[in-house]
Amino acid sequence: MSNTYDPVEVTPLHADEVARAQADALAAIAAARDLDDLKQARLAHAGDRSPIALANREIGALPPAARAEAGKRIGAARKAIGEALAARQAELEAERDARVLIEETVDVTLPWDRAPRGARHPLTTLQERIADAFVAMGYEVAEGPELEGEWFNFDALNIAPDHPARSDHDTFFVESVDSGKVLRTQTSPVQIRALLSRPLPVYVVSPGKTFRTDELDATHTPVFHQVEGLAVDKGLTMAHLKGTLDRFAEVMFGAGITTRFRPHYFPFTEPSAELDLRCFVCRGSSAVPGNPPCRTCKSEGWIEWGGCGMVNPRVLLACGVDPAVYSGFAFGMGVERTLMFRHNAEDMRDMVEGDIRFTLPFGMEV
Amino acid sequence: MKVPLSWLREYVDLPAVTAQEVADRLTAAGLKLEAIHSHGHEIKNVVVGRVLEFEELTGFKKPIRHCKVEVGEATPREIICGATNFSEGAVVPVALPGAVLPGGFEIGSRKTYGRLSDGMICSEAELGIAESSPGILLLPQDTPIGADVVELLGLRDDVLELEVATDRGYALSIRGVAREAAIAFGVPFRDPAASEAESGGGESWPASIADPTACDRFVLRTVTGFDPAAESPLWMRVRLARAGMRSVSLAVDITNYVMLELGQPLHAFDRSRLSGPIVVRRARPGETLETLDHVVRTLHEEDILITDDSGPISMAGTMGGLHTEISETSTDIVIEAAHFSATGIARESRRHNLVSEASKRFERGVDRELPLAASWRAVQLLVELGGAVADPGVTHAQVEVSPVRITIPADHPSRVAGVPYERESVIRRLEQIGCVVTEGAAPAATAGHGVAATGVLASGDLADRLAVHGDDLITVTPPTWRPDLTDPNDLAEEVIRLEGYDRIPSVLPPAPAGGGLTEAQRLRRRVGRALAHAGYVEVLAYPFMGPRDLDNLLLPEQDPRRQATRLVNPLSEDEPYMRTTLLPGLLKTLVRNVGRGFADVALFESGLVYRPEPQAPATAPVLPVDRRPTEEELAAIETALPRQPLRVAVVLAGEFERSGWWGEGRQASWADAVEAARTVARAAGVELGVRADQHEPWHPGRCAALTVTDAETGEPVLAGHAGELHPRVVEAYGLPPRTCAMELELSLLSPAGPVQTPAVSAYPVATQDVALTVAASTPVAEVEAALRAGAGELLESIRLFDVYTGPQVGEGNKSLAYTLRFRAADRTLTVEETTAARDAAVALAAERTGAQLRGA
Repeated sequence: MSNTYDPVEVTPLHADEVARAQADALAAIAAARDLDDLKQARLAHAGDRSPIALANREIGALPPAARAEAGKRIGAARKAIGEALAARQAELEAERDARVLIEETVDVTLPWDRAPRGARHPLTTLQERIADAFVAMGYEVAEGPELEGEWFNFDALNIAPDHPARSDHDTFFVESVDSGKVLRTQTSPVQIRALLSRPLPVYVVSPGKTFRTDELDATHTPVFHQVEGLAVDKGLTMAHLKGTLDRFAEVMFGAGITTRFRPHYFPFTEPSAELDLRCFVCRGSSAVPGNPPCRTCKSEGWIEWGGCGMVNPRVLLACGVDPAVYSGFAFGMGVERTLMFRHNAEDMRDMVEGDIRFTLPFGMEV
Repeated sequence: MKVPLSWLREYVDLPAVTAQEVADRLTAAGLKLEAIHSHGHEIKNVVVGRVLEFEELTGFKKPIRHCKVEVGEATPREIICGATNFSEGAVVPVALPGAVLPGGFEIGSRKTYGRLSDGMICSEAELGIAESSPGILLLPQDTPIGADVVELLGLRDDVLELEVATDRGYALSIRGVAREAAIAFGVPFRDPAASEAESGGGESWPASIADPTACDRFVLRTVTGFDPAAESPLWMRVRLARAGMRSVSLAVDITNYVMLELGQPLHAFDRSRLSGPIVVRRARPGETLETLDHVVRTLHEEDILITDDSGPISMAGTMGGLHTEISETSTDIVIEAAHFSATGIARESRRHNLVSEASKRFERGVDRELPLAASWRAVQLLVELGGAVADPGVTHAQVEVSPVRITIPADHPSRVAGVPYERESVIRRLEQIGCVVTEGAAPAATAGHGVAATGVLASGDLADRLAVHGDDLITVTPPTWRPDLTDPNDLAEEVIRLEGYDRIPSVLPPAPAGGGLTEAQRLRRRVGRALAHAGYVEVLAYPFMGPRDLDNLLLPEQDPRRQATRLVNPLSEDEPYMRTTLLPGLLKTLVRNVGRGFADVALFESGLVYRPEPQAPATAPVLPVDRRPTEEELAAIETALPRQPLRVAVVLAGEFERSGWWGEGRQASWADAVEAARTVARAAGVELGVRADQHEPWHPGRCAALTVTDAETGEPVLAGHAGELHPRVVEAYGLPPRTCAMELELSLLSPAGPVQTPAVSAYPVATQDVALTVAASTPVAEVEAALRAGAGELLESIRLFDVYTGPQVGEGNKSLAYTLRFRAADRTLTVEETTAARDAAVALAAERTGAQLRGA
């Protein structure tokens, strides 16, 4: 330990020197106009090379008796400088927040439509939604070709060659009228394919494209879509058909929307029924005289939706299924029509023309 | 079928309900209401008047009469009339001032032609009876003056227009609808065909059935002395008009009236034009017949004909011949009522494109027991209204047939419906529709009819297999007017519909054990979503195309896409083919959108294309339906059908990234089209190979072939193309410049299996950049593949961050700058290791592509 000290070396610890360094520091801090200035001032007056820091290092060179006082003096100065820095820092930050961030303000309402926007066709997504409703009931989705064998499209479905029902289907013939090939007029041939290829019991739903030689207008299109359902199992009845379609109607249109059967004729089902849907807008109230009219159901309370029935045992026989053991039900409806009343689409031409203004609002799902 | 309620009420005692209520009950029974046409409800204040005298006014463009008309009031009214078809003393309908005519047309007193007209004398058209009428309506002289015309003529009526399903021929008659209405309201039904038909005397005209498969009953009756000038009475004309038929002449109107009432089509021959016995037979080769519509028709060998010694005189059940037609001078008339083969008439009608009221009924099934009664009813009307004398004889040729019988357990309807019906209800319902029900079983006989009912395929064997077994059997013989009832389920439907479809409860069947969507179905959805998220809008174009598309797409002569399936009856002769590519539909839709003001359009479609195999058989067999076909038989259909793979395609034009306040956008380019393919491949979980190709309709220098790896052979398989379209294709379709497209066969994109979880290493990454110089023609994909293979398994990723051409790399060269990232699963890599891996990558690239490391 040194008993002597060098007076030159301890000059910085003189009270005057410390007071001057502190005054310089406070002046520089006060003079800082922005955070960058203050950063410089902090470096110069409170950094490792600042006069106060250098002075602090000299404390050890003082005689022990003098150290406490010098330390106290330096400590007070550093505290004052530190407080001044913090205060100025807060001031300048507040000033920056008030000024600079406002200067950086942008117009967040500016559009940002750089990336193209796409959408799926509502007929596609509606078919998916319908399929999902049945998949949730345990059905599988079955498919078949669009250019189909006449046997699948007609004969196997109990539509004999001269049956008036066959000429009701305005059929597109392929290659020649007796080629045995047609554009399928309905999705029902998928029933036949499902029964021929799947083990019993069979529960399938088959959405798809179908064709009839109608002219395109607001309510007809020669290329359209149907969804077909088929269930073949032991002990199925019309009550099961009704239960299935009521559930389906609720899934698609909301709780309490049920279905109604009206007797009809389809060669491939017996008994057969036309299927009406309870109007989901007026819920049937418009059919009561005196109530306000309803545009959706034309005040009938019901909307025609599709056809259904118990699979004709002749169809089962053509597929090698024993009607003495199995029974089944089938149903079908138009997807375009369903889109029309579920989404207030008024013109089928919009569905086929591919105008992006029609499709974009439907987004990814319907 | 249009059914005037007044006509219906003649045969069924309907309660006092509205037309809507009647329609609702019929709809619930399966005769669906199309529309209610109300007639005469608005007409008021039209009375019967007598023209006492009139004065002809002159000096006008047309003759005008100023009439004094007695209308049952104290003084006659003065009325101006423009018609001249009446004389003084005529009895006419008069609309008095304040009257309302159909359409809400109001009549008042007004001054016209210089005189007061205190009302209007009406024509049939003005009363809503006829479409047009040449003069005013003349009423019989004994009509009470002052009587209300609406009441008198029965002008107030509602007509139910019903949709009749193709199996319900019987409902194409007042008789059939009345029977349904009677059941629906539980009230008595009077059968209009029940009156005792006279059938004594000899033959009325010699006739025979030569082909029992064509006709199993043929009835002729004759009247003589018919007054050809006799007019159809007003009530008949009103009914015909309301039922949708035009009045022609009394004789023709009578045949139509009886057909509407009973459902039996009738034909009237002028007896003086017949020569020799009538024979019902099929046509002979080369025979022709000039029909009522003055068309000379060449007959087909299967056509069913009515013939006499002169040859064909009528096409059975379809249209009569011109020569034997009833004319303005016919006095002796032969009425034909027959039961023809439904199939035969259906074919005949279709072959000659002749759909008549008669053919519609025959092909849907007519009551075999009607001809005697219906012909008798017509004769009665000809006598009553036309002053004719009935010939006592009747010709009745027929083929013996046995009735259809169906045995079912009495609870069969309950088992079909899932509703417990009382045994008594089942029998009562079947009897209501005219069935005879007996206890116990009887041998099934569904093939009984002499001529096949339409669509009936039952052989004895088939009937056995359709038979429903059980206890408590009943045997049902359907009525002759219901040839559609052949199977057990037909009877079940009758019971269930009459008991009410609304009685069927709603019961969910136990859920089956489904497997959800298949991989292919999920993939199709993912692809659609991925492309939509990438900015493409889905379209569903018609899958048709024309020869012009093939040329517009510049397809070479031998291109397989020219092998298209042709439609016999296309929507448009311009587009007779089924598409072999998705592009024509997409390109036309793009043009349509551009034409509607959308310069920046990106579209996609996912759908089938139709690719006929050149060696495929021309016809697909039509297989039997009474059993399951064999696998060989089914295969024979499949091989005749074209291959129908699922494809996905995009087209895009204009800016794919929009310009805006942020600066310039980016034009859609070949790269976007290729990226669309990669988007699809990513959705499929498949690695897509890309190489340069020349393939129409793409720009030869900007076309990529897209390949996938065959799972078995490991070889690349061509799956599609992408790039910029050829400028000549752009021009041919009128597309925006530099339109781009991609088409990919989705059926080929199947993922190898579930994705294998990667090992995620926590050790640091080591990055190395390399710049390689290669010939400008070297595909980047090859360089990258070589770098990947050479770098080995330490390589985590590789990314091309710059492509440079210019003086520094020499003429004909390009520089490719890559970042290679290396990482090991189990350690921090040393500099030596990563450098060695990089060097190996560069060495392989050098070996395969001649790449030189820049700066080396």
